Amino acid sequence: MSLQATSSQTVGPFFTIGLDWLNRNELAGPGVAGERVTISGIVLDGDSNPVPDAMLEIWQANSHGKYAHPNDTQDKPLDPGFKGYGRIPTDDQGHFHFSTIKPGQVPGPDGKPQAPHIVVSVFARGLLRRLVTRIYFPDEAANAADFALNQIEPVARRGTIIAKKSSGTAGALEWNVILQGAEETVFFDC
Amino acid sequence: MAPIAGYRRPFLGTQPDYLYPPYRSSIKRAPSNPLVYLPHTLSEITGPSFENEIIDVKACDLTKQHSAPPLGERIIVSGRVLDEDGRPVRNTLVEVWQANAAGRYRHKRDQHDAPLDPNFSGNGYTLTDSDGRYRFVTVKPGEYPWRNHVNAWRPAHIHFSIFGPAFATRLVTQMYFPGDPLLSFDPVFNGTADEGARNRLISVFDWESTVSEWGLGYRFDIILSGREATPMER
Repeated sequence: MSLQATSSQTVGPFFTIGLDWLNRNELAGPGVAGERVTISGIVLDGDSNPVPDAMLEIWQANSHGKYAHPNDTQDKPLDPGFKGYGRIPTDDQGHFHFSTIKPGQVPGPDGKPQAPHIVVSVFARGLLRRLVTRIYFPDEAANAADFALNQIEPVARRGTIIAKKSSGTAGALEWNVILQGAEETVFFDC
Repeated sequence: MAPIAGYRRPFLGTQPDYLYPPYRSSIKRAPSNPLVYLPHTLSEITGPSFENEIIDVKACDLTKQHSAPPLGERIIVSGRVLDEDGRPVRNTLVEVWQANAAGRYRHKRDQHDAPLDPNFSGNGYTLTDSDGRYRFVTVKPGEYPWRNHVNAWRPAHIHFSIFGPAFATRLVTQMYFPGDPLLSFDPVFNGTADEGARNRLISVFDWESTVSEWGLGYRFDIILSGREATPMER
């Protein structure tokens, strides 16, 4: 007889008192290899109001496509200065931003490479469970063959999880979390 | 690489739906489109580990973070983090946060008219040991009103955040106390349809961890998704 996973409950409005100590919005220190990116955005609810009590958690591979985790047995180098973890609460206007490096490709089902991506958990007051989504990168040829992107219908929704280049600074990307409505971000059953 | 064994999906009704209208905040924040099913890949079966982060030994005793002890009833909250096969989840980070004994959070947006306690921050963290055990010393949190509906009160609870071995096992939940009369009226607690799953969020009074002439013990075991059997290589 198997046990059953504990039920999720919302983080509520006051989670920062417990979780702030592990906030991290600069994932890659100066010595870390890879293309530098900063990702900025806003979390919006179904009325397009900003969500000031949300938190993103980030998990990603290093620039070689290797995760800092024992389940990743690929013969690729680890980067000692890069763990791949981030935790970013939204500010009073619902905004967030973090800086990292673009991850390399990691294998998907059947070993075919996935397009570079960051996996994201979204927590907020009002969410009884976390939402799971991904961030993909613009102008990335591998996006066309990515198995996760290709599961998304209608096709127009795929763009909700591909970051857009911001004008100005090199490496500046915009990616938003729309919790509900016509422009709703794609969320995964994960 | 060999085919990947993912983590198990929840049993029907044992996790809350996103939209649960009695919990008013879910109405404008729940996604309206169905979730897109994602088989687990290397991205989901890996996840952050905090074994080598500096762990402050005082962080698991919420009554010793200031110059004097906080007001309220001192309690010991302990338990094990296990997977669905009953195996201990070792060296995983467990974070907690809660209201003080008067039902007030040390947070700028908590406007409840109850006193803050200068000797209570209300947050802690620890790593599970090699048996998956964790232990916090704290004070029993107070119930507090919220504006979800007329005369709405949250039952006493402690928030828990647990990583587990992979991105797929990440869990944030709340622990409740046995016999709390507010539980049956609470839309957060009742957002989980399955009664058994709901009731497993209620800690049990525990003689074993109760310390004579010092504090009552409550036990709260946390179960994370278990791993699927490794698929056969073809």
